[in-house]
Amino acid sequence: MSANLSALFYLISGILFILALRGLSSPETSRQGNYFGIAGMGISIIVTFFSVGSFGPGLIYVLIFLTLGGSIGAFIAFKIPMTAMPELVAGFHSLVGLAAVFVAISAFLKPEVFGLGIVGNIKLASLIEMSLGAAIGAITFSGSIIAFLKLRGIMSGSPITFKGQHLLNLSLGILILFLIYYLCVSQSSSTFWTLVAVSFLVGVLLIIPIGGADMPVVISMLNSYSGWAAAGIGFTLENTALIITGALVGSSGAILSYIMCKGMNRSFFNVILGGWGATDQVSSAQTKEKKPVKNGNADDAAFLMKNASSVIIVPGYGMAVAQAQHAVREMVDSLKKNGVKVSYAIHPVAGRMPGHMNVLLAEANVPYDEVFELEEINNDFANCDVAYVIGANDVTNPVAKSDPQSPIYGMPVLDVEKSKSVLFVKRSLSPGYAGIDNDLFYRDNTLMLFADAKKMTEEIVKSL
Amino acid sequence: MEVDPFIFRLSIFILSIFVGYYVVWSVTPSLHTPLMSVTNAISSVIIVGAIIASLSGSSDKVFDTSNIFGFVAIVLAAVNIFGGFLVTQRMLQMYKKKKK
Repeated sequence: MSANLSALFYLISGILFILALRGLSSPETSRQGNYFGIAGMGISIIVTFFSVGSFGPGLIYVLIFLTLGGSIGAFIAFKIPMTAMPELVAGFHSLVGLAAVFVAISAFLKPEVFGLGIVGNIKLASLIEMSLGAAIGAITFSGSIIAFLKLRGIMSGSPITFKGQHLLNLSLGILILFLIYYLCVSQSSSTFWTLVAVSFLVGVLLIIPIGGADMPVVISMLNSYSGWAAAGIGFTLENTALIITGALVGSSGAILSYIMCKGMNRSFFNVILGGWGATDQVSSAQTKEKKPVKNGNADDAAFLMKNASSVIIVPGYGMAVAQAQHAVREMVDSLKKNGVKVSYAIHPVAGRMPGHMNVLLAEANVPYDEVFELEEINNDFANCDVAYVIGANDVTNPVAKSDPQSPIYGMPVLDVEKSKSVLFVKRSLSPGYAGIDNDLFYRDNTLMLFADAKKMTEEIVKSL
Repeated sequence: MEVDPFIFRLSIFILSIFVGYYVVWSVTPSLHTPLMSVTNAISSVIIVGAIIASLSGSSDKVFDTSNIFGFVAIVLAAVNIFGGFLVTQRMLQMYKKKKK
């Protein structure tokens, strides 16, 4: 197949990928969008086989490895529980990163295959592109591994900070730039390997200071990085499909990070430099004073909700941990039978990744037109009888609106306290991720339900 | 004077960033998780490079050092392609409208 013809096919795949993302603008078109994506991928792979032309003895092995990887992927996709989606996505990002590194390595070792020159005399532009691809890919890989371990709970979710951390990261960043420069001058393979090794290290150091609840930003950021790495490799291979995809994924991840940062009213750098919560927890422990709290049980909650005319459910990460989404749906079903109007309010940073709560509710068969974003529903709290807060904390804290001293001041929060009564399901009075006390606990219209989110919801279902 | 092909690729790249920007802002927030998994799947089109690298071996030496990296990259990217698209499909199947 001629180079021009295959380039046109790669362009078609690129366009199909754009349509795949376009489909996600509404749930109805999204499934069709996914098929566009699959078609684009199929075209790219088939065209690549034909453009190589002479099918060497490697072909059979390529097909074997393709099938092997494909079966592993399919197996994971069918087996994974929806609550494990954040760590799955982090794990997948790491694979893209590592694949980018490996492709860059093979391009560096055998540049003639890709038409980039010969060993020891690779075209300057290609060298810059492949080293950028390799460096960003390596950072994506090791960073995603750390994110995966934190989300999976294998590694503690609390930030790991040490003295001189930012200085070290900065100097390693400069070292990477210097190594790329030196690689272009010397073409030495040892420099290339050092570059890859240092980038792996930077990925680890970048993610360890970031705490659990900041993971939505981290996952989106790594998503963005995996895109830029793919684009870097796309330039090296002079492949349009890869360049288009890299740009799409890169900007997609960047936008998601922006939305997540906005949801916490923090700057991107503030999140990346890490260490929120770690310092604040100490101060909140000191200022802890005994304030009266109204304590309720499942019967009280059931009574309140049954007699309400409208109820808003506010889910958070705790719902995911307790796997309470199905119980919540059951509760809502029996409320609806009693003629209660129920809707769901989702804060942009609820959960551990963008859209985490929406997926869990969808899994529990909650229709998506009952689920609302913060801006859409926030005014409704004033007219609502009961707000049922399950597993959320900081995102409901009214302090964000009233106390300029608070670390979360200015963060958009759900106006839960405006509803006639608030039911707050929580295991204890302990502060949330931001390490600050939630004012809501002590309000007159708040009833605390101290229990596991799932158990409490199930008990409420029974008494309804 | 002839324009360097690199400039053409750069143009495609920059235009795609703009396309991505507008397309992604129109994605509904409730589908942000499928967005991440599908972007993950499509970025695995990097498998193209892995296939080229793997097929570069000669008949007497199918597994060269550089090919081995290519083969491993094929496995990694294939996991992502199949895993990414299928898990996205699984999620999207769950989004349903209210039954009237």
